[in-house]
Order: sequence, then C-alpha cells, then structure tokens
Amino acid sequence: MNASNAALEPARRLVRRGLTLSLLGLVGLAGVYVLALGFTPIEARQGLAQKIFYLHVPAAWSALLAFSLVGLASILYLWLRDPRLDRFAAASANAGVAFSAVMLTTGPIWAKPIWGTWWTWDARLTLTLFLFLLFVGYLALRAAVHDPSERARFSAVVGILGMLLVPFIHLSVYLFRTLHPQPIVLKPSAPSLPPEMLRTLLISFTVFTVLYLGFVMTRYGLMLAEELQEEARDAA
Amino acid sequence: MPSHDGAFLLEARGLHRSFGRVRILHGIDLSLGPGEALAVIGPNGAGKTTLLRLLAGLMRPTAGEVRLLGQPLGRGNHHARRAVGFLSHQSLLYDDLTLLENLTLAARLYLLERPVEVARTALDAAGLADRAGELPRRLSRGLIQRAALARSTLHDPRVLLLDEPFTGLDAMASSRLRDDLQARLSKGLGLVLVTHNLSDAWELASRLAVLIHGRWAADEPRSGTLEAFLPRYQRLAGA
Amino acid sequence: MPEAIRFALAIAAKDIRAELRSKTALLSALVFAALVLVVFNFARDPTVLAASDLAPSVLWVTFALAAIVALNRAFNIERENAALDGLLLAPVSREALFVGKMLANLAFVGTVELVTLPLFTLFFNVNLGRALPGILGVTALATIGFVAVGTIFSAMAVRTRFAELMLPVLLLPFMVPPLIGAVQVTSRLLAARPLSEMWGWVRLLALYDIVFVTLCVLTFSAVVDE
Repeated sequence: MNASNAALEPARRLVRRGLTLSLLGLVGLAGVYVLALGFTPIEARQGLAQKIFYLHVPAAWSALLAFSLVGLASILYLWLRDPRLDRFAAASANAGVAFSAVMLTTGPIWAKPIWGTWWTWDARLTLTLFLFLLFVGYLALRAAVHDPSERARFSAVVGILGMLLVPFIHLSVYLFRTLHPQPIVLKPSAPSLPPEMLRTLLISFTVFTVLYLGFVMTRYGLMLAEELQEEARDAA
Repeated sequence: MPSHDGAFLLEARGLHRSFGRVRILHGIDLSLGPGEALAVIGPNGAGKTTLLRLLAGLMRPTAGEVRLLGQPLGRGNHHARRAVGFLSHQSLLYDDLTLLENLTLAARLYLLERPVEVARTALDAAGLADRAGELPRRLSRGLIQRAALARSTLHDPRVLLLDEPFTGLDAMASSRLRDDLQARLSKGLGLVLVTHNLSDAWELASRLAVLIHGRWAADEPRSGTLEAFLPRYQRLAGA
Repeated sequence: MPEAIRFALAIAAKDIRAELRSKTALLSALVFAALVLVVFNFARDPTVLAASDLAPSVLWVTFALAAIVALNRAFNIERENAALDGLLLAPVSREALFVGKMLANLAFVGTVELVTLPLFTLFFNVNLGRALPGILGVTALATIGFVAVGTIFSAMAVRTRFAELMLPVLLLPFMVPPLIGAVQVTSRLLAARPLSEMWGWVRLLALYDIVFVTLCVLTFSAVVDE
C-alpha cells in the first residue's frame, strides 16, 4: 500500500518549492553568464578566460557553505537527535557534491588558458577537491548503512570530523605555499576589483545561494517523500 | 507483582524506542525483584531484543528511563552497568583467546581484583577447569554456552538478562543451563529471559509478559500448564 | 591506577595478544609494506630522480597504505560472537574503550613502521644517521593523528558491507595533513636542515593530533552506542 496523498503533501510541497527556487536559480545563472560576457569589462591580464571566475568563486563558496552546514547540522543532530537535522545534512551534502563537482570541472577549464596547465594546487582548487572527496565519502557511508538511526549517527560523526579537517587542509596548503612560492601569482579575488566586476560577482554569489537553497529543499522533499512511502509500506 | 520491601533490582519507566516516525517500543514499564524470573515472549519483530538491549545499556531509549539498583542507566553513569550480566545466543568470546584468557579479560573489564583467580574459579564452578587452555572454536555449542554464562556472571551481577540463551543447545545442555539459572535465582538473582520458545523457559519463569508490536499484551504470574497457556498466547500473537 | 586506564590497557593487551596469536593482519601489513617499497624502487629511473628526493614521499606513502591494512582489523575482531557487546556491557566509559582500541592500533601500525624503516633504508640506500631520533619523533607524531581517525572510522566501516573499501574512502582525506607534514619534516631531517625550517610543520602535526584525538574520543560514543 502506498502512502496517501494527504500524507505526502508536505513532502510534495517542499519539492515543488525547491524546484521553483532551483529554476529561478538556473535562470539567474543564465543571467550571470550574460552579465559576465556582455556587461562586464574584460580583465586586462587574463583576458576573456578570466570570466569563468564569476562561476568558479561562487561555486567554491557554495560548496564550502554546504559543507559547513553539514557540519553544523551534524553537531546539532548528535545533541538533539532530531531526524530532520540528519535529513537536512544529507540534502546539503548532495548539493555540496554537485557544486564542488562543477567547480572542479570549471577550474581546469580556467586554468588551462591562463597557466597552460589543467590543474594547479592553488588554495581554492585544492580545498574544493578535498570538499568533494569528503562529500563523496559522506554519501558513500550513508549509502552503505541501512539502519536509519545508525546512518544518522555515523554521518554526523563524519560530518563533524570533516568540518574540522577543512582548516587543516587550508593550513597545510598555506604552509606549503609560504615555503614554496609558486612562480605564478594568483590573485583573482584582489580587493581592487572595479565596481562592474564586483557587481557581477555579488550577483553570482546570490544566484548560487538561491541555487543551493533550491537544491537542498528539493532533495529534502524527495528524501522525506521516500521515507513516508517506506513507512506506509512497512505499516501495511 | 511479588511483595518485598519495594527495592527493585531493575526498573524501566515509559521506555520508548523509535527513529523518526518508526516506533519499536511504546511506553514500556517493567520491574523486577530479587528471585524473580520474567519471561518475555512474543512474535518476531515485537521488539524483545530491543527491550533487552535497552535494559542492558547497549541501546539508548528515545524516551524513558532504566534503573539498575536504583541507579539510572545513561550517559556518564557507566558504573551502574556493574549490576547487570548479559547472555545471548552469541558467546561474546574471542576465538583467538583461550577460555581462561577470555574470562580473565572479562574480569579485567569489570575491574575485578585478582582477575586470573576469579577467572579460574568461575571456570571451575562451570565444570570447565580442564578446558581452560582451549580456544572457543574447539568447543561444542553447549560448552561454549556454559563458558558464556560463566563470563556473564563472574562479576556477581544482581540482574541477568538472557536473549534466546537456549538456541542451539541439546536437551542435556538446556537442562544444565536451567539448573544453573535456577540455583542463581534462589540466591536472589533477578532474571529477564527473552525467548520465542516458551517450553524452554516455562519451568524457570515466575512471571510471563507478552510483547506484541512494542507493547505489553499481557503481564501475569506464571500459573497453570504450558498447554493451557499456549492457545491464549497464540490468540494474542495472532491479533 | 585509575579505572579507565586499567580498562584501556586491558583492551589494548587483549588486542595485541589476539593478533600475536593469529598474526594475519600484522603479516599482511608487513608484506604489503615491503611490496610497496619494491614497486617504488622499480618504478623510478635512478638516473633522473635521486633517491633522496623521492625518499620521504615513498616512506610515508608506504606507511599510510600499510596503516590502512592494519587499521582494517581493528574492529573486525569484535564482530565475531558479538564480542563488542562484551566491551560495551562493561562498567567503564566509551572514551576509555576508544583509548584502548587506539593504543592497540598504535602498537600495530608502529610495529609495521618500525620494521618498514630499516627495509626502506636498505632498498633506497638512505643513510638515516643523525636524523634517526627526529624521524622516529615525527613518525610518532603523524601516526597518532591518523590512527585516531582510522580507529573511529574502522568502527563505522566494519558495520558496512564493503568495509575494506569504506575505510580508505573515509580515511584518506584525513591522512593528508599529517602525511604532508610528515614528508616535509622527514625530507628536511634527511637534508640536515635546521629545526627552524620544520617547526611550522611540527606544530601543525601536534595541533592535528590534539584536535583529532580529542574529537574522536568525544564522538566515539555516538558510533558505538545504539
């Protein structure tokens, strides 16, 4: 027997809202493209290829945001043991893995024309790579544990440990760079950004945040619907 | 409820266990006095093993409380676990350690003085002195269960929790286990026995409790014969 | 001796005794380490890359991989006959249980490292000389960090179907900071650089240990208490 429509309604509502937000975000993303390509000045040194910066930086930021929220939700879960926190953490991790994957593919596309190499171990790329690996590990663990209570507890521990790993990755990269200065100086986020560039960047940040929220809401709604269906099946 | 001075060995109040919306136990109450043997029976999936693990402190309740000798079981109160022993169909023994080493370890885990002596004494009492140097994998199921019982009682617990302890035992080994438990009961031990096979536990039990879908369907002193009780039980379980 | 320490030592001793009897995990890890060293040796072109340039990385990659093999056994032993329940029933804290397990794992991984080190100097013709105390020190420092995280992850991984795969997937990102630090310090020690050049990394390693040992001790209960 399947769950009744009435029971599923809250989940469906979340999914609808989430999809709407995501769609809005995607439209916004298209807008950012247009803005970046058509209405923002070309950066003197790096040329046209620099424009990917408007996607690159906010995507990395969203991945970091997603991860921090996984960590926060994990701490709260271990304290309050509310399954909604666990569901939110999983949804955020799903969003995060998508954003970090995007960043890891756009990063090399940017790096190649500018530095002549597909990959550099610059701070942002390295950090995002680690976020990606941590997300994958987190989601793999969730997939491998079947008992929901155990899955929530284990994920929470990994989330907390992972959240504290991030500053150490950052520290390691920083220490490494101060002792091994790279020949190419990388400063795309220099404070001396002309106002049009800053504007495009800020708009892009907003768009990505909207995308994050939409994504998380949709995923959360889908997970909730799945759980309700399973409950109904078990009760039958 | 048997009459005594009201000092229960084991008490549970309002035990709930669930995750999100899936409920396994609904508001279970339980009390056990010295010399009492409570048999908890019910169909598979009723929550019997969950209940036992909650009583042993191996699982946290979603709500409610378990008290051992008046001490609440929970975070930070690990000392309270001293009062309980646990015997399941799993032996809790390490296959790479001899019986003596296994029991010595258990004595150390329970922070007992002179652990080796305690272990030897326990093995002697269980009639396993000549097997002390053997590895568990060389022993029959009956002997392993005897060793497991020795392991679970060497710290002199006031309450013994048993999860399907008669599984895989032949008639002689079952009878020996029953005698062992009976002797301890008469010394004031309290027993909670979970089983799906009532005939094993019938003689031993002083009280019967039937757990159906996480709730008590019956809780009464054992009386009459097993044959008379079974149809009632079948009706409750089938409902 | 405080109860918790007696308890932790009893658990560590039990693990060590059981492993010495079966020897499976220890031998696998040692053989694995030796194999990795051999492969590395044949994989490089000695005319292009001097041993001394590659040596620290080879050493630490070997240590890391062998550690994962050794860590896999940590909670495997507790699955037989539900032995973990026996440990959880005892009237001692989960924190003490974690410390006991961690000590046993440190003993295993440490043993593998101590055997691998001479093999390494042999195969790669490296002269440790006066760098030896420093190398032992940094090995201890880095190992504590990833063994702590490895112990708690192995407690989780053992409950999944592909435990041997799950552990490295979870653990490898966490091994990176200690590994980077260890390689940096080791290479400077071998080049007889002054302490000031490695102090930053040593501090990173120490901070990592403090943070993660504490975190793992605190969160262990969430892993083993149902």
